[in-house]
Amino acid sequence: MSFLTLEKLSKVYGDFAAARDIDLNVAKGEFVSLLGPSGCGKTTTLQMIAGLIEPTTGTIMLDGSDITREKPNRRGLGIVFQSYALFPHMTVAQNVAFGLEMRKIAKAERDERVKAMLALVHLAAFAERYPRQLSGGQRQRVAIARALVIQPPVLLLDEPLSNLDAKLREEMQFELRRIQQRVGTTTIMVTHDQAEALSISDRVVVMEQGRMTQVDAPYKLYENPATPFISTFVGKMNRLEGIWRKGAAEVAGIALPAEAGGLAEGAAIAVSIRPEKLVLKTPGQGRIDGTIANRFFLGGSWLFTVETAAGAILVSAPNDGEEPAREGAKVALDWAPASLRIEPLAQGAAA
Amino acid sequence: MSVGRSAATPFWLAGPGALLFLGLVVLPLVLTVILSFHVYDHTTGIKNEFTLAHYAAVFSDEYYLGIFWRTLRLAGLTTLICVLIGAPEAYILSRMRDPWRSVFLLVIIGPLLVSVVVRAFGWSMLLGSTGLVNQALQGLGFDSVRLLYTETAIVIALVHVMLPFMVIPVWTALQKLDPMVEAAAWSLGASHFTALRRVVLPQVSLGMLSGSLIVFGLSASAFAIPGLLGGRRLKMAATLVYDEYMHELNWPLGATIAIIVLVANLVIMLAYNRVIETRARKALG
Repeated sequence: MSFLTLEKLSKVYGDFAAARDIDLNVAKGEFVSLLGPSGCGKTTTLQMIAGLIEPTTGTIMLDGSDITREKPNRRGLGIVFQSYALFPHMTVAQNVAFGLEMRKIAKAERDERVKAMLALVHLAAFAERYPRQLSGGQRQRVAIARALVIQPPVLLLDEPLSNLDAKLREEMQFELRRIQQRVGTTTIMVTHDQAEALSISDRVVVMEQGRMTQVDAPYKLYENPATPFISTFVGKMNRLEGIWRKGAAEVAGIALPAEAGGLAEGAAIAVSIRPEKLVLKTPGQGRIDGTIANRFFLGGSWLFTVETAAGAILVSAPNDGEEPAREGAKVALDWAPASLRIEPLAQGAAA
Repeated sequence: MSVGRSAATPFWLAGPGALLFLGLVVLPLVLTVILSFHVYDHTTGIKNEFTLAHYAAVFSDEYYLGIFWRTLRLAGLTTLICVLIGAPEAYILSRMRDPWRSVFLLVIIGPLLVSVVVRAFGWSMLLGSTGLVNQALQGLGFDSVRLLYTETAIVIALVHVMLPFMVIPVWTALQKLDPMVEAAAWSLGASHFTALRRVVLPQVSLGMLSGSLIVFGLSASAFAIPGLLGGRRLKMAATLVYDEYMHELNWPLGATIAIIVLVANLVIMLAYNRVIETRARKALG
């Protein structure tokens, strides 16, 4: 049963479509991310749901009623802005209480709910501070508390973590998910950070140039990207072009064993494989030989760039505590044929 | 060596400015204060004796007190009207898209490029008994109104001259405002009006404060406008000082009035600043 439904939602400025034909069903309690590069229409879509931008066409249904033309202050949605948009002249408690005040909730109950909400975001001790006296992560949590205290049917997050440094961002991802699961609010988050979208969402909507190109659970999105763009935008991907010959993918004259059906002999294909699906072996032991051109130590894993006859290939290997092969070392690459994805390249169409 | 130089550097850097300030502001002011204590005789002029008589005369004379009160009242009224017109004007300006914003900003600042005297003459032509305003009123079948040489004329012209000094600080304060803050208030259920009153207004209060300090200070010491639009009878503090100096030739009395106006202005502005700024600073940092 869909709780929030977007139907054929479009926003057109002159002859530029910022968002086109957005169809999305969000179930109650679900955490959905809109993922895409800047200018893909994800923020426009969020602002249409929020009521800050009026859609050109299409409808927005919330819990069975049409809210497409409803004013933002009548929708009752909770919004966390990228800049947090806290009221700088009010204390943390006053910020959080603002929405309740607007709903004419009695002072006693208001104080009670503000207190409970600040406890939920671990800011109980900061109630009397002003926003400028808080760190970025704390401000972020005030913004979340302020949006959630009104018990909104839907929580909208606009790049909520983009202003935080890397370590804090990771912590806040867990924090955000914990709060969302605790409160059970249906949540839509806009982000350009694929790792963020994958780690905390139930479903991810990928947007490109104003259109939705894939809606899937994070692991499905990662394993089965619908477009070449998604395969490179979400995670790292090795993508080589070749032709299908004698039941194998042939790239630069080298036959790579793969599993694929229904391809005509000589058809142009694209071969793709994730770096972590490749295994480094001693020369001669694998399916293709190469030389290590670069290696990066990432802590939990190593990332190698291997020069092969088929081109440069990224390989990710887990860190097992031993120092792996150095730059210039001869290696061989091996993989399970099933993990090599083959797609036909439409003749003349953009790859 | 380097330590000695670094200790003296600030003084060298501040020196030229400090000298200019001493020579052009402090020195004339001190001389004026001294002058205000000199004895004046109508037949012999300024004498080299000291007295408090001028201060006593000013404070005991209804005539002077009336003019001070009028100055205070008109400056206050001008400030109030400038806040009421200038703050919404700045808000509308900040919401405009770019080609229009630049155009209207120029319209607002433009009058500053024209001399106050010219503008005052302009107003006297508009407001005169056969001026455009009265012609329009008569054309519409109303009685003509006496506007020129009234306090109304002074306030109208002062508001016109002072408005940019209110619009610009408020506009600057609005520029610093996160545009999403208002949207955040709406999303929490606030109406447009409530969002303006509870969220936007408190954040531009410092801009309104500095704007009203400038407007009040300039209005209270305005000379050309009350001189030209108030006529001979309707005097304000600055025109009174001018008359004492140039017509009565009683320089010490003129100096006394000037010092009193300066001190009163300072006291009012500092008190006003104290009251509002401490409250706003506490919240805004």
